[in-house]
Amino acid sequence: MELVFGNHAAAKAAIDAGLRFYAGYPITPSSEIAEELSAELPKVGGVFIQMEDEIGSINACIGAAYADRVALTATSGPGFALMQEGLGLASMAELPVVIIDVMRGGPSTGLATLVGEGDLLMAIWGTHGDHPVIVVSPGNVKEFYIYTQKALVWAETHRIPAVVLADEVIGHSYQWVDEWPEPIKIPERTKERVLEIFENPDDYLPFATDEDGHVVPLPPIDAGIKWHMTGSAHDVDGFPTIMPEKVKRLIERLWQKVWDIRDELIDYEYLGDGDADILLMSFASMGMSAKQAYLELKEEGYKVALFRPRVLWPFPGDELADIVKKNGIKKIIIPELNAGQLMLLTKAFLADKGINVEYVGINHQYGEMISPDEIKEAVYNG
Amino acid sequence: MVKKPLPYTHTEEKWIRDRYLPHQWCPGCGIGMILKAVIDGMDDLGWEPENVAFISGIGCTGRSSGYVNAHTFHTIHGRAIPVATGIKLSHPELHVVAMLGDGDGIAIGGNHFIHAAKRNIGITAIIVDNSIYGMTGGQVSPTTPENMKSTTSIYGALEPPMDPISLALGAGATFVARAATWNPVHMRQIIKKALEHDGFAIVDVKSQCPTYFGRYNGISDPVELMNWYKEHTYIMKDPSDIREGKLPLGIFKDDKSKVELSKKYRQLFEHLRKEGENNG
Repeated sequence: MELVFGNHAAAKAAIDAGLRFYAGYPITPSSEIAEELSAELPKVGGVFIQMEDEIGSINACIGAAYADRVALTATSGPGFALMQEGLGLASMAELPVVIIDVMRGGPSTGLATLVGEGDLLMAIWGTHGDHPVIVVSPGNVKEFYIYTQKALVWAETHRIPAVVLADEVIGHSYQWVDEWPEPIKIPERTKERVLEIFENPDDYLPFATDEDGHVVPLPPIDAGIKWHMTGSAHDVDGFPTIMPEKVKRLIERLWQKVWDIRDELIDYEYLGDGDADILLMSFASMGMSAKQAYLELKEEGYKVALFRPRVLWPFPGDELADIVKKNGIKKIIIPELNAGQLMLLTKAFLADKGINVEYVGINHQYGEMISPDEIKEAVYNG
Repeated sequence: MVKKPLPYTHTEEKWIRDRYLPHQWCPGCGIGMILKAVIDGMDDLGWEPENVAFISGIGCTGRSSGYVNAHTFHTIHGRAIPVATGIKLSHPELHVVAMLGDGDGIAIGGNHFIHAAKRNIGITAIIVDNSIYGMTGGQVSPTTPENMKSTTSIYGALEPPMDPISLALGAGATFVARAATWNPVHMRQIIKKALEHDGFAIVDVKSQCPTYFGRYNGISDPVELMNWYKEHTYIMKDPSDIREGKLPLGIFKDDKSKVELSKKYRQLFEHLRKEGENNG
């Protein structure tokens, strides 16, 4: 057993996965990730740089992702807002960057030192245009380790930017970790993989697709293969175009990217006996509050279930719909530290499946957690 | 191999992606002259395209990277320098060149510009300084001279222009120079020295935009506009050679004593590696 500080678990995850580049700008409550990596990355030959702002940070990460491999930055709401432009570039150029957003109360400077969870929709749709992004959300310190690594590996493998939505409670908690899982490693870029698709290196097209329709891998930069990229709408060669059929092909493919690989990504915790009337559902640290409420309510004999998505985009709409149908859920209670962002997504995806249940939101937007007792209260009040 | 139409020099064949030509710059624009000077400089230095990362931002100058046969990236407005920073730090063996416009480099990208200078990161930043936002239709830029007109300063610019040279010197850049397209020989010499420099090098190149800057100020003929720049600039004897109302051209600073940032990182890695071996 080891007592671990949340933000340090994220830093450890990155080192164990083989991260080689971090650029960031200090912001509460994420700064301990930067502090830890500034000490640890150089020991393994990795670059830590503190940039002039969050815009510089994400763009330096994009440069490192272009030349080397997936890069990492960590921030909180105000910094994440500044990174949205860069997140769009990473989506469009299909370069792997991972942003850890340790959420705090907003809007604006908001509650700098207190917890909030109001960045969910910004993580999915914060940058303009229909773009691909993977959004994961750990519920505790150990999961912060696991899902930071998954985000790094998925981003590099699929050339999609990824966001890790933690929050102040997770980032600033000391929690017991029984044992660390076997680390998963960021894959290396190899010339061989590229030459399996392009016989002649001079024919390399950075935005071509393989026979399964997935974007081709990036070569190592020292493999003698040169390519062009742009944030403008482009053809498969990376050169800007405004030809409607080419732009259509690009944007549709980009939007479809996370849905094409959803089976690999979808990840959630579901607890229940299959006969529940009420489903408790949340993400980030409030997911654990909901879990505690679930455990206590079960103990007390209530017919409840728990659904805690750890990948929020692509949204696990199909899986949630199955659970609701199989149980015969009549009511979904969503405690979250915002005005109802997870609620909005849930309603949209379930309505799409023709599911009609009662929804109850428990919403705090003032820096205080929602306790398991408060969630139980909502169940008691039936 | 597609047969190249004439007239291409050996250098152009090696460095230009001719499948994307003709380029999209207006007749009489200075960007092509500056790009040619950069390419010739890289070739003169014996660089190979495989060892060059050529990064640009957005705007007319942003389009330059697409035409260059190297590792190229047409990034977003103002962000060429931080992207180039990430590339240089992760692959220090690459020669990294960033070609910026004046708005791109010192307005929207100003914060990145001064911090790259402060860091002495090994990037050669070439500012195509035409005192106008060309791609967006001729708006006033940070280097538009006072009282000059543009589509957003039709009564004349109220603000004085910013001087990229003073800005770079104040921020600690180790190579700082200004050139102008009206004197291509001098410009090529300076750009080559900037490329050769091991540290953050910046060349502010005064360049003509006859389409907007020229047209809105009654000098739409490119040759006349280059003559206007010639009248308003001079090749300085040394940095103390100040002439009232005119901009000096030449090298303001060339300090080779400072260690380039990616080298400092490598020194740190080596130090920590040895320390780890001794402790382990």
